[in-house]
Amino acid sequence: MPVFVSVPTLLRSYTQDSKRVQAQGTTVREVVDDLERRYPGIRSRLMDVQQLHRFVNLYLNDEDIRFLDNLDTVVADRDELTILPAVAGGAR
Amino acid sequence: MKLPALVDACAQLSSEEISRYSRHLLIPDVGLNGQRRLKSSKVLVIGAGGLGSPTLLYLAAAGVGTLGIVDFDVVEASNLQRQVIHRQSTLGQAKSDSAAQAIADLNPFVNVRRHTLRLEPENALALFAEYDLILDGTDNFATRYLVNDACVLAGKPYVWGSIFRFEGQVSVFWEQAPGGAGLNYRDLYPEPPPPELAPSCSEGGVLGILCASIGSIMATEAIKLITGIGDTLLGRLMVYDALDMNYRQIRLRRAPDRRPITRLEDYQAFCSGVSQAPVTVPQVSAMELSRLMREDPAAVLIDVREQTEWDIAHIQGARLMPKSDQLAGQLKALYASDTPLVVHCKSGARSRAVVLQLQALGFTQVQNLQGGILAWIDDVEPDLPRY
Repeated sequence: MPVFVSVPTLLRSYTQDSKRVQAQGTTVREVVDDLERRYPGIRSRLMDVQQLHRFVNLYLNDEDIRFLDNLDTVVADRDELTILPAVAGGAR
Repeated sequence: MKLPALVDACAQLSSEEISRYSRHLLIPDVGLNGQRRLKSSKVLVIGAGGLGSPTLLYLAAAGVGTLGIVDFDVVEASNLQRQVIHRQSTLGQAKSDSAAQAIADLNPFVNVRRHTLRLEPENALALFAEYDLILDGTDNFATRYLVNDACVLAGKPYVWGSIFRFEGQVSVFWEQAPGGAGLNYRDLYPEPPPPELAPSCSEGGVLGILCASIGSIMATEAIKLITGIGDTLLGRLMVYDALDMNYRQIRLRRAPDRRPITRLEDYQAFCSGVSQAPVTVPQVSAMELSRLMREDPAAVLIDVREQTEWDIAHIQGARLMPKSDQLAGQLKALYASDTPLVVHCKSGARSRAVVLQLQALGFTQVQNLQGGILAWIDDVEPDLPRY
């Protein structure tokens, strides 16, 4: 079942500049695995072997997965997963 | 979240000020009392750059009584595409001076304090103690975590904004907010990304107007906090996309594994990969590279910047191969491991990471161009455009 993933500017080099892509899975972890199959290299920008990087947040339908079941959070058909990495730009 | 007014209405308004601020005074929610709160307030803006420019101008126009400006940089031509507080006529001046002058021209009733310095753990707490509210529009993670931690320790609320290309984020953090609702930036992102995954606007670019979009929200939040009106962004992250033209709000909560912030730390080390000892890589100066390119026909210069950066300026004879996860492998397929390779980027950080990868793949004669193309422009080809 497809989940819609919104890809931040920083990671669009992996998705051929697409800002919204589809991926399959029943949990967030499986969706990330499927993203890696489709867009090799993207997983390591989101997580190390076991857990999400502490400078990237994932939101399932606007809810931070750290407050759900983290990578084991169950996803449903047509859910929206948003990747939001830390960005520091402002002055220069 | 609705918060009580941060500042008491101590100061009185002169009749000239009453005329000047009359459009505020006519709004019942602001009124004379709200305007007196603004005049009584002291706001510190860190960075008179992309985000600092519009926020300083609007806060000055709105009648914030005391505006502090922290910036150690000077105004450069590449700033003027977005840093609207500065002028062609102030190129080369300290940004704090240039901004102070613009504010004086706009509103002589504002008391401006220039802090022409780099914010450091040694000076942050004393500086923050002089102000009611902090606005953070800096350009790097080290300063952002410093601002956050210093605000937590000083008990100050702060407005945070960040921009990249067409996207921006804004929120309000205040650890000591009433009602136990306190949050700080580490609740959103407990740790910074490693430097090679943290591009800045000076490398990745930013739509100039985005500064106004995000800066205007920051200034709005500042005025709401000072006067105690409306619902502040405390507990919400506003995410703006200029291309889709939409704003999303994401709820923020205390991180499940949050740790108390008890002291300031070494933020350069924190943001450059905490426990790693610094690794030195072989490097070559721009002058040495210039000689090498003339004298050694076997030498190869790899430019790992993006195509857009190459289009602005590049070194004759360089080969453009933008940094990617595959780059080191591609170079191994192209060149023998004893090829004299020099790698460069804009200022040396991205290319340094590539040099380390190439060394790990067995390259024995790989060097980093110290200071990147900016050093080359300074020392070898001053006619190339800087960016």
